[in-house]
Amino acid sequence: MRTILYIIQKEFLQVFRNKSMLPIIFIVPIVQLIVLVNAATYEMKHIRVSVVDLDLSSTSRKLVSKFQGSPFYRIQKTSFSYREAEDQMKRGNVDMILQVPAGFEKKLLKEGQAKVQFVINAINGQSAGLTNAYSTMILLDYNREVVLENATPAMMAGIRSIQTDYSYWFNPKLNYKTYMVPGILVLLVTIIGLLLSGMNIVREMEIGTIEQINVTPIRKIQFITGKLMPFWIIGLFELAFGLSVGKLLFNIPMEGNLGFIFLSAAVYLFVILSFGLLISTITHTQQQAMLVSFFFMVVFILMSGLFTSIESMPPWAQKLDRLNPLMYFIRIMRMVLLKGSGFADISRYFWSLVVYAVFIVSLAIWRYRKVA
Amino acid sequence: MRRFRGFVVKEFYHIFRDYRTLLILFGMPAIQLMLFGYVLTNEIKDAKIVIYDPSRDVVTRKISDKILSSGYFVLERNLVSVAEIEPAFKQGDVKLALIYEPGFAGKLEKTGKAHIQIIGDASDPNTANMLVNYASGIISNYLVSMNSKKVPLQIIPEVRMMYNGELKGVYMFVPGLMAMLLMLISALMTSLSITKEKELGTMELLLVSPMRPSQIIIGKVFPYVFLAFIDACIILVLGKLVFGMPLLGSVFLLLLESFLYICMALSLGILISNITNSQQVAMMISLVALMLPTILLSGFIFPVENMPGIMQVLCHLMPPKYYIIIIKSIMLQGNGIEYVWNETLILIGFTALFLALSIKKFKVRLA
Repeated sequence: MRTILYIIQKEFLQVFRNKSMLPIIFIVPIVQLIVLVNAATYEMKHIRVSVVDLDLSSTSRKLVSKFQGSPFYRIQKTSFSYREAEDQMKRGNVDMILQVPAGFEKKLLKEGQAKVQFVINAINGQSAGLTNAYSTMILLDYNREVVLENATPAMMAGIRSIQTDYSYWFNPKLNYKTYMVPGILVLLVTIIGLLLSGMNIVREMEIGTIEQINVTPIRKIQFITGKLMPFWIIGLFELAFGLSVGKLLFNIPMEGNLGFIFLSAAVYLFVILSFGLLISTITHTQQQAMLVSFFFMVVFILMSGLFTSIESMPPWAQKLDRLNPLMYFIRIMRMVLLKGSGFADISRYFWSLVVYAVFIVSLAIWRYRKVA
Repeated sequence: MRRFRGFVVKEFYHIFRDYRTLLILFGMPAIQLMLFGYVLTNEIKDAKIVIYDPSRDVVTRKISDKILSSGYFVLERNLVSVAEIEPAFKQGDVKLALIYEPGFAGKLEKTGKAHIQIIGDASDPNTANMLVNYASGIISNYLVSMNSKKVPLQIIPEVRMMYNGELKGVYMFVPGLMAMLLMLISALMTSLSITKEKELGTMELLLVSPMRPSQIIIGKVFPYVFLAFIDACIILVLGKLVFGMPLLGSVFLLLLESFLYICMALSLGILISNITNSQQVAMMISLVALMLPTILLSGFIFPVENMPGIMQVLCHLMPPKYYIIIIKSIMLQGNGIEYVWNETLILIGFTALFLALSIKKFKVRLA
């Protein structure tokens, strides 16, 4: 036990004496949390529109003013030439062209039907889809007004309607930040944990100091525990720190029991740190270790459901995703923090993490050899 | 010159003998492309819903059928009371709840009006928003087909999606992946390889050799230009062949711009290695301070226009952003240099800035 304490002490000294590492471990992640959470947003604002109104009737003008009044849109330009508008789109200055063809109002009142055109820059498919949804919604609202103003009761007779009301639970204002904070926090803790542990032993190998430890009576298990403990503590501390920042700055809800969060985090960090340790036993230089960890990290992050939903992945990928520790922890964080799920709700993910931890710790210990 | 060539050959040996690193460097673009192409979509399929239907008549059953056969939703279960909704959400899998009012068909027949309530699990606000939109869209479509008479005074939107008719995600991630991987290889790998010589003490040997410092640095980064270029080509070819990513503009211009971007990243890598002394610090700076912003602040995943004002200013300081704009413009819109010279100049500016800074920070003596 005393041996372990000495190793822990040595590791802490090493971390805290390295003046350039300290800010990277403690300050950079928090700055990143603040910056990235603000950046990671799908909320659409200021869709830049170029209006080509060839009709210039009161109906078409009112339609344009509806777009103008919406906080989602910003009218960038009004012109009478579609070609000019398209050139603007080519230059990347507008996201959408709203074109009202000539004779729009006449056609609407006479034939009871008329068309307007939305031309959307769809290079970003996701935004294009949302832009389309918003625009259609504005048009439908306006259409309803037009019908109310101009339609006679005779025209409306026999038409049935179903009213749909919708409500959003757990986050009625659809605030995207509260969804992202728990996820990005997991990301940052993971990056720090995996890189620190992954580089640690390999560094001693590269510099040659591992030889000195190999010839001491320190046992394998003591050495590994001593190496991992400091990062485990740093990781937990960082999570707590990040959660407080999230609470203070973004006012994220904490519906559930924080105990569950830290319990899961403790297990999760074991998984991540042992994973780093495993990487460091199969590589020989820090460069390799870094690349291998980077590779796994990118795959883990992308498949974790942080940015895209897991349900829409193909079934084989969802099966593969069971090997992804990030997926479990992000789910637990979001469920507990945002919805107040209890232990029964998260137990499936929690026990998966426990099994994962046991497996990967034993693998790492087995792989580690006390020879250079 | 011969001395210099010998040095470059040494660097190539260093890299090519390390097969693990090579495997990852060339395997990474392929695997990430596959991930983005086949696995990650923003479309929503098979979202689980629960339905509370106390009236159980022809109309409600038909609406439920329409919703469940749309491909967006699968039924988790039918509820017997409204109180079951919250636990269903808390267990985590159910995304949407659909609640009909009692006596639905009867009310619709008599008064011409009936109510449906849709509740979304907005702990994931985007998905909730989209699912609610899908569901209400399906319901209003059903309504149109149910009404025999045409609704008067309809304005019909005609939507045209430019440059990417099928809204494919691949159009976003090929440019993004190129920006990310070129940055990784150029900035990260060079900074590591230079700091490694410092850490192991071999930098001292190089500095006392008759080679000039500029030769050492150029010799160090040269192989990585080569590797980065190969990676860029792998991504382009795979993107084209496997995912049908169009390449409308000039390939030459595209490669030229990529070369410029690689130079920018390399000078950034040199700068990092000049201000750090250990690989760990260099790596942490590159990864934590470069990679995440490259992914999130460059418009790769999240569009820059949606971010708050200060963030947008930050985004303008991210070189990858300009590179991504350039590639998209060349590949997808077929634009020539006249549309992207602005961004090109900015990249050149960044390169010059980083180089000037690294020359200023360069020390011929280590201790």
